[in-house]
Amino acid sequence: MRSAADRRAVLLQGLGLGVTAAVVWWLARNTSVSLAQRGLTLGFAFLRHPANFEIGDTWWLSFSPADSIGRAIVVGLFNTALVSALGCVLAIAVGFVAGILRLSPNPALRGLVRAAVEIVRNTPLLLLLLFLAASLHALPPPKQALSPVRGVFLSDRGLVLPAVAIGRWTIVFVLAAVVALTLRRRLGTRWWIAPAACAAAAFVSALVRPPAIATAQLEGFNFVGGVTLSPELAALLAALVLHQSAHISEVVRGAVLAVPRGQRDAAGALGMSRWQTLRLVVIPVALRAMVPLLATNCVSLIKNSSLAVAIGFPDLVSILNTAGNQTGHSIETMLIMIVVYLSLSLLVASALGRYNAHLLRSGTAIS
Amino acid sequence: MSAPALPVTHTSSVASAIRRCFATPVAAAVTVIVAGIAVAIVVPIARWALVHATWSGAADDCRRAANGACWAFVGHKAGFILFGLYPAAQRWRPGLAAAVLVALVVCTAIPRYWTGWLLAAWASGLALAFLVMHGGIGLTVVPTQQWGGLPVTIMLTALGLAGGFPIGVALALGRRSRRPLPRAVATAIVEVVRGVPLIAVLYVAVLVFPLALPTGLSVDKLALAQAAVIVFASAYLAEAVRSGLQLVPARRLDAGLALGLGWWQTMQRIVLPEALRTVLPSFISIAVGFFQDTSLIVIIGLFDLLNTARSASQDPNWLGFYTEAFVFVGAIYFCGSAALSRYGLWLERRMARAHPGARVPLPLSLTVAAPPE
Repeated sequence: MRSAADRRAVLLQGLGLGVTAAVVWWLARNTSVSLAQRGLTLGFAFLRHPANFEIGDTWWLSFSPADSIGRAIVVGLFNTALVSALGCVLAIAVGFVAGILRLSPNPALRGLVRAAVEIVRNTPLLLLLLFLAASLHALPPPKQALSPVRGVFLSDRGLVLPAVAIGRWTIVFVLAAVVALTLRRRLGTRWWIAPAACAAAAFVSALVRPPAIATAQLEGFNFVGGVTLSPELAALLAALVLHQSAHISEVVRGAVLAVPRGQRDAAGALGMSRWQTLRLVVIPVALRAMVPLLATNCVSLIKNSSLAVAIGFPDLVSILNTAGNQTGHSIETMLIMIVVYLSLSLLVASALGRYNAHLLRSGTAIS
Repeated sequence: MSAPALPVTHTSSVASAIRRCFATPVAAAVTVIVAGIAVAIVVPIARWALVHATWSGAADDCRRAANGACWAFVGHKAGFILFGLYPAAQRWRPGLAAAVLVALVVCTAIPRYWTGWLLAAWASGLALAFLVMHGGIGLTVVPTQQWGGLPVTIMLTALGLAGGFPIGVALALGRRSRRPLPRAVATAIVEVVRGVPLIAVLYVAVLVFPLALPTGLSVDKLALAQAAVIVFASAYLAEAVRSGLQLVPARRLDAGLALGLGWWQTMQRIVLPEALRTVLPSFISIAVGFFQDTSLIVIIGLFDLLNTARSASQDPNWLGFYTEAFVFVGAIYFCGSAALSRYGLWLERRMARAHPGARVPLPLSLTVAAPPE
């Protein structure tokens, strides 16, 4: 039955579609006029042109101003990926510790952690970032570098860490062992053979070529050897980790508190010790409640890493902005920015959706 | 500390807290270590901020007292940090505008004032604040390029949320609509805006959007930034409203329709009030986030509270006192955010008292994780 209301709805939607199309057409026409006035044409051909700008921080990929803009964008993407990966791992680790400490029965310990969390949570991330960047730049030169731990140096050139050199085959075998472990369900009853073999191979390769730790040495005016994080990278990483771990600590605390009291009592009634209750009941249940929130926190850390542009760290946003300003192709560069971040967010959202569905199916979701 | 312990119910008495600090030998040891850490953090800060601080004078006085804070710098620059490039003789005007906005926010926070009058108060208050800031009618006109500091931060936040709210409600209703067009449009807007960083939205507003306007028409940069904040806020508010709408039982809508109310009337009088009430605490946490995130306009070169502090610390006569500037504005941000968060907690408790056993919405971040339908 098509009622009058349905017909009206179709009519209204048609009208709405028409208006939307008209507005979009109008904006597009204005844009083409503005671009024509500037002598620009839309298109991604500019990505092949030489960049003509320097990039301060490059990881994995070398870059010189003669390289193409496309390569510059990939360098920026790698930098964003580096900051995001390191940031997420460190933020989860710090946030976990802080969240668990906030559940301590000792009011003094709880209070100290809470004070730190509240200070970070109630001030803008950008303020923290600008402050840390300014502080790192104000450090003494390498000759008078601070060295809180042997092999770690803090100076106005940034943070210098010892480099760990691991044989290539060791890394390959360890990764293979991890992959085999994650696929154990598909490997049948003798699933343990593959990961065990990989682990043994990794051990042998580590014996053949033992992992070495190289500390940096001061030579002349700078450090040689080791890994150097530029002041911008160090500040960005520290600010992101501090900020996000404060939020993650709340997630961890909330998830543990959300485990129903009855489950703990039941474990106690079964004769489990306090530690067993925690390990076998509370943490597994809390982890399930935590995973989606940890993932959204990681996504927001990745989005927040775009603040790099404020302190001049060449992340994706910063390089796209530079490229857009230099070539005038800001529409295209913004499009790239939106597509990259959006696909990442949607990817995480769909993965979480599947995770939630999996929990609901297996009946292990709480509440 | 041994195994991470399970939470203990809070008691208010200080004495019992102290007793618990020293309940067992391990607890006592932990307490002593924590106290040591606290002293190691607080004492140097106190020595810097209070004991060795310079409270008045010029930059040279501060440099002579090398290891203390230079509050003289903050005193000297407070006008600039709070009000930006606004002409010094006219600073009472942004001061008044900020006071009007803060008063509006405070009134909005009091449940007794949640009536139609509040809307009228907002309309007239915003008009007054704009008039005072901008000038005209006997006051010298001050273009927005010279606006800055606290009034800009408060304006971006308050107007962003106030403007984003109706759009957010519309988007939430659109996303739950049975009709394909509103659902598609609303879903696309919400997911795209929430999927990208605020900086991307600001860049699009300031760099790309002006290209799409007829030639010769130029829009004020601050207005563009404000529009971007409104759009960004509307997407986040829409998700909060949607999670509230999901908690309203479908039979409410049916009951309203059965009573002969139209769809709009039922929404307006029955469903939306209930939905919005349940998600008020989420609104507050969104507000706290936006109060802090408006600082991102630093990146497009506008002068909010954070940028004025940064510029003040780059004054060649006062180089090296950035810590004081950041501590000063950090304290302002802290007070604003902490007050808002406390208010959110108070609202939550008040609601729990008024509607015991009511369904509580999932934390917003959980609904954030939900995939787009």
